[in-house]
Amino acid sequence: MSEEIVLKTEDLTKHYGGVHALEGANFELKKGEHVAIMGDNGAGKSTFVRQITGVEQRTRGKISLYREEVNFAGPLDAREAGIETVFQTLALADDLDVPDNLFLGREMTWANWLGPFRLLDYQGMRKATIEGLNRTAVKIPNIRNTIRNMSGGQRQCVAIARTATFASKLTIMDEPTAALGVQETAQVENIIRTLKDAGEPLILVSHNMRQVFDLVDRIVVFRRGRIVANLHVNDTDGQDVVAYITGAKTGAEFEGAA
Amino acid sequence: MLLALVIIIVIFEVLGQLLPYMNDQSFLFDTKDRFDSIFNEARLKIIILQVAIIGIIALGVTQVIITAGIDLSSGPLVAATAMIAMSFGQTELVNGFANPKALFGPWAMDLPVIIPVVIGVTFGAFIGAINGTFVAFFRIPPFIATLGMFLICRGIALWWSGGNPISFPTEQYAAIGAGMMPVVWFLVLAALFHVIMRYTVYGKHTYAIGSNEEAARMSGINVRRHKVMVYMIASMLAAFAGVILSSKASTAQAGMGEFYELFAIAMAVIGGISLAGGRGSIIGTVLGAMVLGVIRSGFTYIKLDGSYQLMAMGTIIIAAVVLDQYRQRNKV
Repeated sequence: MSEEIVLKTEDLTKHYGGVHALEGANFELKKGEHVAIMGDNGAGKSTFVRQITGVEQRTRGKISLYREEVNFAGPLDAREAGIETVFQTLALADDLDVPDNLFLGREMTWANWLGPFRLLDYQGMRKATIEGLNRTAVKIPNIRNTIRNMSGGQRQCVAIARTATFASKLTIMDEPTAALGVQETAQVENIIRTLKDAGEPLILVSHNMRQVFDLVDRIVVFRRGRIVANLHVNDTDGQDVVAYITGAKTGAEFEGAA
Repeated sequence: MLLALVIIIVIFEVLGQLLPYMNDQSFLFDTKDRFDSIFNEARLKIIILQVAIIGIIALGVTQVIITAGIDLSSGPLVAATAMIAMSFGQTELVNGFANPKALFGPWAMDLPVIIPVVIGVTFGAFIGAINGTFVAFFRIPPFIATLGMFLICRGIALWWSGGNPISFPTEQYAAIGAGMMPVVWFLVLAALFHVIMRYTVYGKHTYAIGSNEEAARMSGINVRRHKVMVYMIASMLAAFAGVILSSKASTAQAGMGEFYELFAIAMAVIGGISLAGGRGSIIGTVLGAMVLGVIRSGFTYIKLDGSYQLMAMGTIIIAAVVLDQYRQRNKV
C-alpha cells in the first residue's frame, strides 16, 4: 500500500529546437513521499515540471499517474487529473481576492444553464477558502483583500493554499521560498510539513540545501538535462549532493548519462 | 467619483452666479416659478440623454479595457450599423408618396422592427469577432487591430448607400430611440452588465485576464476564446447604439458617430477603469458618463464656445487620469 506509485516518467525528453533541455528522465514518486529536485540553473528542473504539468508538450517519453498513462493537453488537464502546481511565477491575478484566485478557472457556480454567464457562488467559495486555509494552517488576515496588496509571503501562501484546498493526488512546488524572507519561508515550510503529515505526495524544486534536508525523504539531482543521482536523505549529506550538482560525481546507475 | 460629480456641479453653479451675463439662472435648480420640482428637470434630462448613446458604447469599451485591450472601432461601427440597420427599417410610403430615400426595393420596406435590429447587432457581432480574432489569435496589438477596423467600418458606412443618407424609418423603428428611450436602454444595459461583470464567471475571467493573462491561462481559462467574446459583446453594444442613434435622429448618415469611440474611452477612463487592465467597474463608467455629461452641459450653460469646450474637455480627461493614478499610488 505504501509502495503505491503516484508518478512515474520513462524516458521523458524535451528539446527546444536544438537545445536538449531534458533527456531521458526516469523518475518515480511513491505515495506519501516527499521528493526534492535539485540542480544548477538550466539543469532541467523547471523543464521537467513543465512536462508533467502539461504546460509544455514533451518531445518523447511516457508519464503515468497511478500506473495510468496520461497525456495532458494543457495545465487544466493536469489539474483535473489531480496534479496541483505552485509555479515559480506565482500565477495569481493581482486584482482579484483570495477566493477568486483559489477558484480561478474552476469557480463554484449556480444557474449553469447560463453558460459563460453562469452565476458565481461567492459564499460557497469563501467558505471553502477558509476551510482550505485552516487545513494548511495558512494565516491571511483578510481574504477579501486583493493579491496586489499582499506581501510576497502572503502571496506564496495563497498559491500554496490553492493547491491544498483541492484534495490533490500530487502537489508540485517550483522554488516556493526563493523570494521569501526568513519568517515567510518558515511559514511555507510548515505548510509543507502539514502536507507530509496528511500523507500528500509532493515534488519540491529547491536550491535550499537546509530546507531540502529538513523536509523531504529523497533527493533527485538534475545536471545538464539529465538525472544524475537519486539519493535518500539518510544516506547522503550536503557535500555529497553538491558534488552531484556540480558534476564532480555521478550516481553509479546513471553512469554515461552525463 | 460621486464626490467629483458633485464638485463639478457646484463649480458650474457658482460660475453661473458669478458670471455677469448669466441673469440669475441656475445650473441645477429650477428658477422658474413652479413648485413641482426643485431641480431643473429639463437640464438633467438633457445631461443624461446626450451621454446615453455613447454610454452604451462605453459599457462595452469598459469590458475591453478591463482585459487590458482597447477598441477604437466603435464610432465608425455606430455609423455603419446605423446605415445597415436603417436600410431594413424604412417605411414604404411617406405621406402617400414612395420613400424618396429608399435604398432597397419594396421587399425591404415596412419589415417588423426585430429584423433591422437583429441585422444590425449581428453585423456588430461579426465585426467584434474579427477584432477579437486578430487580437487573440494573431496577436495583433488591440490598438492596431481596432484602428484598422475603424477605417474599414467608416468605409462600409460610406459604401453602403453610396454616401446618401437613409431616412424615413417605420414607426416601430423610430420608437427604439424616441424621447428618453436611449436613457432607458443605457440604464437597463448598464444594470445588466453590472451584474454580469460582478456576479458571473464571464466577468470574473475578464478581470482575471486583464490582471494577469499568464495566470488566467495557467488556471485553465480559454483566454483566446474569452477575448473574442469580449470584443464581440463590445461591438454588439456599439452596433445597438448605432440602431438607437439612427432611430433617434430618424436618419442614418455615413458621418455619424464621429469621436464616439474616444468619448466612450474617456467615460471609462474618467470612471476609473485602468488602461493597464484588471481594474474598474461598470458603475465607474456610468459615473464617468455622468461626469462627461455634466461637463458638456455645464460648458453650454456658461455659454462657452464649442471650440473651447473641446479643449477644456481634453484637459479634464487628462486631469482625471492623473488624479486617479495619484490616488492609486497613495493607496498601495
